Amino acid sequence: MSTTTLANPPEEKGTVNNGLDTFYYDNSIVRLFLIATTVFGVVGMSVGLLAACQFFWPELNFGIQYTTFGRIRPLHTNAVIFAFVGNGIFMGVYYSLQRLCKARMFSDLLSRIHFWGWQLIILAAAITLPLGYTSGKEYAELEWPIDIAIAIIWVVFGINMFGTILKRRERHLYVAIWFFIATFVTVAMLHIVNSFELPISFMKSYSWYAGVQDALVQWWYGHNAVAFFLTTPYLGLMYYFIPKAANRPVYSYRLSIIHFWALIFIYIWAGPHHLLYNSLPNWAQSLGTVFSIMLIAPSWGGMLNGLLTLRGAWDRVREDPILKFMVVAVTCYGMATFEGPMLSLKNFNAIAHFTDWIVAHVHVGGLGWNGFMTFAMLYYLIPKLYGTELFSKKLANVHFWIGTMGIIFYTLPMYWAGFVQSLMWKQFAPEGTLVYSNFLETVTQIMPMYMLRAFGGALYLTGVFVMVYNLIKTAQAGTFISETKAEAAPLTKNYRPAKSEHWHRRIFEWRPVTLLVWSLVAVAIGGIIEIVPTFLVQSNVPTITSVKPYTALELNGRDIYVREGCYTCHSQMVRPFRSETERYGEYAKAGEFVYDHPFQWGSKRTGPDLLRVGGKYPNSWHYYHMLDPVSMSPGSIMPPYPWLFEQTWEKELLPKKISAMQTLGVPYAEGFQDEAVADAELQAQYISDDLAAQGVRVVPDKEIVALIAYLQRVGTDIKKIDETKNDQ
Amino acid sequence: MLKFVKHHMETIVGIEIFPLISLIIFFVFFVGLFIYVLRSNRKQIDEISRIPLNINDESDELL
Repeated sequence: MSTTTLANPPEEKGTVNNGLDTFYYDNSIVRLFLIATTVFGVVGMSVGLLAACQFFWPELNFGIQYTTFGRIRPLHTNAVIFAFVGNGIFMGVYYSLQRLCKARMFSDLLSRIHFWGWQLIILAAAITLPLGYTSGKEYAELEWPIDIAIAIIWVVFGINMFGTILKRRERHLYVAIWFFIATFVTVAMLHIVNSFELPISFMKSYSWYAGVQDALVQWWYGHNAVAFFLTTPYLGLMYYFIPKAANRPVYSYRLSIIHFWALIFIYIWAGPHHLLYNSLPNWAQSLGTVFSIMLIAPSWGGMLNGLLTLRGAWDRVREDPILKFMVVAVTCYGMATFEGPMLSLKNFNAIAHFTDWIVAHVHVGGLGWNGFMTFAMLYYLIPKLYGTELFSKKLANVHFWIGTMGIIFYTLPMYWAGFVQSLMWKQFAPEGTLVYSNFLETVTQIMPMYMLRAFGGALYLTGVFVMVYNLIKTAQAGTFISETKAEAAPLTKNYRPAKSEHWHRRIFEWRPVTLLVWSLVAVAIGGIIEIVPTFLVQSNVPTITSVKPYTALELNGRDIYVREGCYTCHSQMVRPFRSETERYGEYAKAGEFVYDHPFQWGSKRTGPDLLRVGGKYPNSWHYYHMLDPVSMSPGSIMPPYPWLFEQTWEKELLPKKISAMQTLGVPYAEGFQDEAVADAELQAQYISDDLAAQGVRVVPDKEIVALIAYLQRVGTDIKKIDETKNDQ
Repeated sequence: MLKFVKHHMETIVGIEIFPLISLIIFFVFFVGLFIYVLRSNRKQIDEISRIPLNINDESDELL
């Protein structure tokens, strides 16, 4: 059959023959998202490689603030999650949804707004994150104007998707569409709830929540961003593209129904497993663990459903690179979703949390599941869109093997590093002291692993370049088909399912809006039960009388801490283990964080925990350490921060910052906002004088002074309880 | 810590029933779902699972 390339697309219902509608699928929007996926795959992974190299070569930040690890790590995560995988989702959805609904997308205009809006958001992220505009919450770093843009564009996507579903010519909603719908409603809910923030200027805001609440909301979001951005849409795509590529129906459609409901219902509860042993109510921790273990069932049900679809077609898997990518992707999904529940067991978590083990875990999912599934879709789609065959199967196979080696070289060293470092952190000598009391020893020990990891990342990226060449050559060999002609009978109007039909089919499978509502109900129940008690019962977080709000200068210093992304390498969460209290001091209490908007507990310790750093060293130590970390800690891989010694701390916004904090419930004295600048200057002068006494000359209004003020304050309030007791 | 949390959770009226309600919702829903799935018509299920493979456009016939 000849290909159809139409300059002017005809009306949706062009002709009606024998009761059949003739219509045209919009391929150009699929191509746009396909190009964006590929471009941002290369960009996001390159930034990741740069960040990986900075571990053993800190000079790779080029001595400038915009490319320092604390800023490009969020850039990497945002780029691969929302730009690479995000565009991958839309590419797959726009292709499969039209075909599953037997209808063109609802509106070409909305499709274009969605595409360009999303790319603008990515551009805004790529500019603002290196500039240090961040909300300081992992995977949700973007500031409030971009958050609003994301919400709007997401709704545009939703309208376009639902419009298409409503005008479909296939009565039954195939399971892939259920996953798309659940993705849409849940991501919308997560994004909106987690992004509540109080703006104080165009690009600065404070999280509405503080401390424990902020942490709970953040990881409810963070975990479910993995669930509903990286998993459910890709499962939907799995249910479409694996049957297509293997040319056989899914192994068990019944299983897919159970898979869908079980997954969305259970996933939403599992968030608190990111906060085990942290200052979080115990019931929430247990809830997170129980539901995480339960998650194995639907996750593995889905994985087996995907793999078993290939039963009897394994001979083809040997030859077809697309199927190979899919098999490894689904296998990685299975591995990651088995490991996840294991990691949420407290005894596993005690070892793995804060180490590179978690980095390995997420990259099994990221590189294996999302990456390989995306590559499979790209190899599947490009010949279809260009009406030709793939330029080189051999190159695709080369990509497959380089990519697989890349995953292995990335993850194995990281597992090893995580294990080794954690055991070193916890090793006691017979006399009861820590064997590796200097944190740095545990870092230098795993440097070779960091190098191997970067090698693995480089291999993986090389594979992507091979793919890009292959895709471009394929596109050049064919002609782009902007519209694909299709025919289908329209749905009869006023259709009523027979009473004999089962309720599930009558209620959900033919009614997309009902399905949307009930998906929302399913995820909302989990979300509400998990979060509402902490919201409503303020006293759920025990207050500590000696914990006072930050001074104006400390608040400013904290903003610098957030801006520099210190939380990407340092936690502020001493867990109640002897190995941690020996090393850092008193374990963290929930009541210590009640004025922390946003919380800065962190999730990874490339450097030591900082919760008890306040008062540990003299001001001059911090001064020299920030200027040249190696001078204070020989062998340190922390980059120098020379710009903190040149830039002056923010004075103009200070009154607004204090007012905002007051709005959020931080008990500053009334009218303090007007005295804030003078108060901060006074404290800065005090620190500057102290530094001068130690032989360091620094102008009080430099950022380093504010940062020192904050670092000397962190986690010290709790010590005052003991002091008061001693006085008595 | 747990003691403290438990104490304050108790201030929510009727909190004892919360976990029970959750469990019942959960259990009933999934039992219902299992029954539905097991009772569903094999022929129809087969038809539905073939939706992605229905060739209704030209690109599927291209290769």
